[in-house]
Amino acid sequence: MAEIQLKSLAHSYSNTPSGPEDYAIRRMNHTWEQGGAYALLGPSGCGKSTLLNIISGLLSPSEGEVLFDGVKVNETDTRDRNIAQVFQFPVVYDSMTVFDNLAFPLRNQKVSEDKVKAKVAEVADILDLQDLLKRKASNLTADEKQKVSMGRGLVRDDVSAILFDEPLTVIDPHLKWKLRRKLKQIHEQFNITMVYVTHDQLEASTFADKIAVMYEGQVVQFGTPRELFEQPAHTFVGYFIGSPGMNLIDVQLTEKGIQFDGMELLLSDDLLQSLASASASGSSTNIKAGIRPEFICLQEQPMDGALPCSVKHIEDLGTHKVLTLELGKQSLKAIVDEDYQATDGQVYACFPEQWLKIYVDEYLVEVQGSEQ
Amino acid sequence: MNKTENNKAWLLVLPVFLLVAFSAIIPLMTVVNYSVQDIFDQNSAYFVGAEWYKEVLQDPRLHDSLLRQFIFSGSVLLIEIPLGILVALMMPTRGAMASLSLILLAIPLLIPWNVVGTIWQIFGRADIGLFGWGLNSLGIDYNYASNPMDAWFTVLLMDVWHWTSLVALLCYSGLRAIPEAFYQAARIDRASKWAIFRFIQLPRLKNVLIIGVLLRFMDSFMIYTEPFVLTGGGPGNSTTFLSQTLTQMAIGQFDLGPAAAFSLIYFLIVLLVSWLFFTTITHLDKRK
Repeated sequence: MAEIQLKSLAHSYSNTPSGPEDYAIRRMNHTWEQGGAYALLGPSGCGKSTLLNIISGLLSPSEGEVLFDGVKVNETDTRDRNIAQVFQFPVVYDSMTVFDNLAFPLRNQKVSEDKVKAKVAEVADILDLQDLLKRKASNLTADEKQKVSMGRGLVRDDVSAILFDEPLTVIDPHLKWKLRRKLKQIHEQFNITMVYVTHDQLEASTFADKIAVMYEGQVVQFGTPRELFEQPAHTFVGYFIGSPGMNLIDVQLTEKGIQFDGMELLLSDDLLQSLASASASGSSTNIKAGIRPEFICLQEQPMDGALPCSVKHIEDLGTHKVLTLELGKQSLKAIVDEDYQATDGQVYACFPEQWLKIYVDEYLVEVQGSEQ
Repeated sequence: MNKTENNKAWLLVLPVFLLVAFSAIIPLMTVVNYSVQDIFDQNSAYFVGAEWYKEVLQDPRLHDSLLRQFIFSGSVLLIEIPLGILVALMMPTRGAMASLSLILLAIPLLIPWNVVGTIWQIFGRADIGLFGWGLNSLGIDYNYASNPMDAWFTVLLMDVWHWTSLVALLCYSGLRAIPEAFYQAARIDRASKWAIFRFIQLPRLKNVLIIGVLLRFMDSFMIYTEPFVLTGGGPGNSTTFLSQTLTQMAIGQFDLGPAAAFSLIYFLIVLLVSWLFFTTITHLDKRK
């Protein structure tokens, strides 16, 4: 059991990296606290697996340090880090039985055979593998193999952490849900640090207390599912979390607010001030306004601060409706209640300032003074 | 499913049948023919039944040479298989060194057998051979031409030099076919080097090892050229193996009948041992 700390860590698969694009992991600092259940969420190829392999020591980072409980482990071999990792594609030792597979990590550290039996039985029970224990692992189905693979990760209870690299990819949807619940239970029972890599936000939020969102080799936000939804720290988080993702509009600064396509949105003084200081420092022209489809409110009649837009398309998803709106040249999504009587004509959209996020160079402008 | 019967299909099998007939069945049948008859010339052949077989099976010369043959093949397998695995495990996996070691290993396999015999014949000589001279200079009395133990040692060493590469190359290809994920999982599971070898590498080498053992058994059991060139079967009969005994019988003494009976028995022994080995291994696998 350990706290895992990454200090100015970076990794490149190239021997002579020339620019940031050569890095799979860009310089980052991060801490996984002891006993937490974490998810590492991000699109394919953003460096999630690389990061996991660096933590477990299968990969040695090109720069920076990995610390377990404050002790640098860069030079420590995977074997001695005492860490468990479950891979995306099941790895079973096919010459052994299921029992021997599950017992393998224990026998390797010379645990007494009585304890091996008890532990294997316990894990087999959790994963519903009791009936398969005597079977040869080569004759299992893909999801049985993955359960065995997972079982090997869970069988030691003294590990520093358990890392899951998209472990449920090959598993049936209904079983997926069950196994995720099981993992959560195991976590509560043994209080082991768990890091769960996935590209599925639902999977991440059901498993984890805190989610790290990764994008282009960096953790762009680390927070609870709610924080990721309500306060996306990076445009990518806004876009990636939520379905559909956040509406993002390129805007220009004006004296009283922001404008786009000839329309102006007025902002509060607090926000304007923060915005001014954020953009002045970088003198950036890359400014975006973002609002989640859930937070756009629609009016039939014109009102103060509401912008006229036309409804282009209505998707009825049963529990709610997704509207595609045209506002100037922008196309926006809005989510409304199921009983919303949508008309094809013109509506007025207003953007409550509480939910309107401004991004400079893709990063959120934090409102000073009124931070929730 | 409906099967259509069409006897014309047999015609398609005919070419293969003819090929096998000419390359294997007809020559073999000729031997069978010789083994059951006493032939003096083209016009006088007498059917003798199992006579030659009885004679051959009671021949002490053959018993000795069969025993030598089994000891030789057994030693070859006991040395070359573990050594081949060891070499394969120590070979570099990538880069120029990997290619270089592959080339070096392939060289002995490319040398004609009688040349291998000649190389060692000279190499082992006490007067002009580096190996023989070296051993004698170290104070070891070594002479493969007069001492049976030295002759055996040299014949075995020569075979190990010649053929361990084959086992090593087979195992090397088997090892390269193991996905990296298994080694990663094993490191995560804190497996020792030995545990990795025992539970991951060895099981996955099984198929190439079956081929390796079969090839090395059959080849070593039929060995002729190299010991013939090196020692000529001597000193005495100490390195006379089955094929050389057979050749002496057939060509030296022109006892075609017993020689034919003997070659069939020889053939059946190779077949039987290979079959026993193969079925035992595959049965063991199924039972688990």
